[in-house]
Order: sequence, then structure tokens, then C-alpha cells
Amino acid sequence: MLKRPFFWIIAVTIAVFAVAPRGTDVELRESLLLAAVYITLASNLNLMLGYAGYVNFGSIVFFGLGGYFCVYFMGTLGWGLVPSLAVAGVAVSVAALLFGLGILRLRGVHFALATIGVNEAVQAFVTNFEPWGGSTGIYLAPELFQPLGGPGPALWVIYYLLVAIMGVSLYLSYFIKRSKFGLGLLSIGQNEDAAAVLGVPTPRYKALAYSASALLPAIAGGLYFFKGAFVQPADAFDLTLSTEAIVITMLGGQGTIAGPALGAYLYEELRGWLLTSETFANFQLVVAGVLLLLIVQFAPDGLMGFLYRRFPRLRRFLE
Amino acid sequence: MTALLEVAGLSKRFGGLQAVEALTFTVVEGEILGLIGPNGAGKSTVFNLINGVFAPSGGRVAFRGADITGAAPYRAARLGLARTHQIVQPFAGMSVLDNCTVGACFGREDLPLAKAREAAREAAALVGLDKRLETPALELTIAGKKRLELARALAARPALLMLDEVLAGLNPTEVTHMIEVLRTIRSRGVSILMIEHLMQAIMSLSDRIVVLNYGRKLSEGPPAQVAHDPMVIEAYLGDPGMVQRRAS
Repeated sequence: MLKRPFFWIIAVTIAVFAVAPRGTDVELRESLLLAAVYITLASNLNLMLGYAGYVNFGSIVFFGLGGYFCVYFMGTLGWGLVPSLAVAGVAVSVAALLFGLGILRLRGVHFALATIGVNEAVQAFVTNFEPWGGSTGIYLAPELFQPLGGPGPALWVIYYLLVAIMGVSLYLSYFIKRSKFGLGLLSIGQNEDAAAVLGVPTPRYKALAYSASALLPAIAGGLYFFKGAFVQPADAFDLTLSTEAIVITMLGGQGTIAGPALGAYLYEELRGWLLTSETFANFQLVVAGVLLLLIVQFAPDGLMGFLYRRFPRLRRFLE
Repeated sequence: MTALLEVAGLSKRFGGLQAVEALTFTVVEGEILGLIGPNGAGKSTVFNLINGVFAPSGGRVAFRGADITGAAPYRAARLGLARTHQIVQPFAGMSVLDNCTVGACFGREDLPLAKAREAAREAAALVGLDKRLETPALELTIAGKKRLELARALAARPALLMLDEVLAGLNPTEVTHMIEVLRTIRSRGVSILMIEHLMQAIMSLSDRIVVLNYGRKLSEGPPAQVAHDPMVIEAYLGDPGMVQRRAS
């Protein structure tokens, strides 16, 4: 594993994220922070979308629930940041396993619709769940940043933790792809019936993949909403971010590992440019939608597919 | 001679169509059992009932002593039951080697990835795909895809191999090659249950033959006996007595 170039490409990517923003360069840090969140969401979505071939439109539910758990543990129960993140991650992963065992009996369009349903149902539940503040959400007291050295330094801690989660996401995608589990998932993505006939325990594998794809986005959500010191249903379960994760994965190339990362970076750049341009400021999501249509229609294997065709040798270095 | 696969009173109804009715037969260890019958006789449905693609409406299936009636296909595969599909089902975007590795990984021996690759290479070599290991499955010819179906099933190192028309669509040279491969597989102790329309091939390969018509067993026995069974001749060619009656 260590001899493979891609292992080190991931390591270098993480290192660049870690050292690029320095001291006062808050603008770069915020841009890279968002890129790290996008990469985490897209890489984990890719486990279902790219590997197992299941379109998850509601992947944001993991991110939002993770945010809620974490903020609740810290604000109401007074736990520290790290245990809150860990328990939030595990809790959401277990919840995903349970949802998964239910909705993974569906295929294709029906599954995609059910994932939106899960997100909507969770949002409706949280909106009416008083311990989590109902529709107004939960605010965190500024004192909670004190253990990390106050709000300023805390933002750096959050940034480095998010970069770490991004790194773990990339390695998780990588190790799964090179494992027996990954081979089983890829075969499900290609032809689920044939995979089952060959002995792949399809229901268990799909549920495990769905659950695994929830863990890291939940932790990222915990960090993201801790950073804002505020979580409310409309932000936590916003389908926009789900859709963006799909655009990113398709743009970069579903099923590859470098693809979602590349797609996330490019999308983040594009988004930044659109939001600041006068003409497109209000049309950012329209552009994302058009982009998705164009990719699905003309380049279903995304940027990585294009690169592989143009430079077949890249297959030796990239995954 | 111990029974490897026991099918007892197997039935399947699709709405108004009785596709398989009270079918009983046994595959004993080491034999090649041919399953023949006119188009639509229910042969492929029998395969789908045995390995759990469809749940039967009645009857039971036991494989190596375990009751697998209506169990999921992956359970049958784990127990050592492998099959090919009449209409090839390759993992189109994956290489030949990866296709076979899936078979090896999740087959009877539940091999870890590295060992599965070895088993996959062996299986690919046995069917003559060893020079196309890195080729994506979708780039293979139809004969190549048929071989891949077989290699993938073989990589699982099954106890029983169910072959659904592996010879259909092949040219005479390819058929000859495939028959050689099947003989080799059999010589390695794998039992075979095969559906085939190519009479010459199945008559020479099979130890016994079961004839199916309208979902029921019409005849059973050694190839020579079955070939002279008037009921079988009638099912395939029409009533043999009709010609004589006309002449008289």
C-alpha cells in the first residue's frame, strides 16, 4: 500500500491544506476550509454513488445530524469537543445503518427519492424536537471556545481538524477501493443481480457502505456547526449542499478517489467566482444545475474520465 | 454416489402461468446432468429457483445437505453453487481479472483478495482468457463474454456448476474448445448441471439427461435412452406415430 504513488499523493494533498494558510491569511483558510468540507462530503457520497451505484440525494442528513448531536453534546451536556465529535459520528453512523437496512431494499429512482424522504423526515422531526430547540435551533455560548484558546485560535483548530477529516475520508475511499469489500461494492454498482449470484452479500454490503458514508460527514458537520456556534433545521438539512456534493462527485468523476477531491476544489473556486460576480451572484445554483445536466449528458465519467482518456498513463498514479 | 443437489416437488407459478410443476430430480456428485426441453419449457426458471433468484411457489431444494429453498442467491453461492447466465451478465466496466476475482472472493472458499486474484487467474487461464486479463469486460466478443461467465463461476471453485446455454451463439471452433474446457472442469471433480440446445454436445457430454416440457419432467435417463423416448421425440418434433398412421 505504501509503495503506491496514490497513497503519497493523498499525503501531499493533506500537507498542502495544512501549511498553505498562515497566520493572518484568514481568507485562504476559509476558502480551503470549505473545500475540505466539500471533499469530505463528496468522497463519502462517492462510496454510495460511485462505488455501489446508489444515488443518495439526501446525504446532507448525516452532516446535519452530526452537527446537531455535536452542538447538543457540547452546549447542553457540557462535553468536550473531541468526545462530542466522536459520539456524534458513531451515533449518526448507527442511525444510517438502521435507515439503510430499510431503504436499501429500493433501487434506482425509488432509492434516490427515499433518501430525500429520510432527510425531510429527520428535518421535520428535529423542527419539532424541543430538547434540540425546535425550529429555532441551538446557540452555543462563546465561552465554549475558551478551552481551545478563544474564538480566534479555535477557528484554526477547527480548520486543522476538518483537514484531518478530509484526509481520513480520502484514505477511507482509497482503502475501501483496494479491499474485498470495495470489490464487492463495485460489482454491485455494475450489476447487482449478477453480484448476488456470484456470492456478494448485497444487502449487508450496501447497508455497511451507507453507514460508513455517514461517519465522516457527521463529524465534519459537528465541526462546521461548532464553528458557527449555531445550528438550526433549515441550515442543517439544506438539500442544496446534498445537490452540490452530487455535482462535485460527477464533475470530478464518480467511482474515482481523486475525482471528488478535484471536483470539490474546482467547484469551490467556481462558486467563489460566481458569488462575487455581479451577473451570476443570484444564479449560483442554476449554474450548478446546468453543470450537472451537461456532465450527466456528455461526460458521465467526469474530469477523471477525460484525463484518463487523454493521458492513459495517469491510471498508474491516480485512483 | 451421494446426492449433491436434491430438487423435490419444485413448482413456480407466474400469475396464470405454471412455469414449473412438481419437478423432482437429483444431481449426484461427479456427474454431468443435462437439462433439455423445447423453448419455454422452464429450464432457466428451474435454475433461478435453485439458486434463489426466484422463490419457488412450492417444493424444496437441498444442496450439500442444507435446505436452500428460497434462500438468497449469495447464500447458495457461498455453499458452492455457481452458475452462468444464458444472457451474459458481465460487470461491463471492470476488467476480466476483476470480474473473475469477484467470483473467487465471494465463492465457496471465501478467499481474501490476494488469493482470490490467483484463483481468478487460474480460472481465466482455464477458459483461455489469460491474455485478456486487463481488458474491460464490455470490450470482449460474445464468445469472450460467454467464457468470462464460465471463468467467473469457476473462480468460485464450486462444488456444482450450473451452465445455462454456454454453447449458444458460439461458432463450431469455439464450441469444440468450450466442450474441451467442460471436460477438463469435470475431470477436476466439479459436478455440472447444464441446459443446452445443442443436442450433439449435450448427448455426448451428459451422464444423464432430464427432459422438461411445459414445466414438467417428461423423461429422465441416460442420453441414448432419452433420445429414443417417443414422448421426447414428440415434444421436439411432433407426434412420431402421425407419419405411420398417414401412410397406412
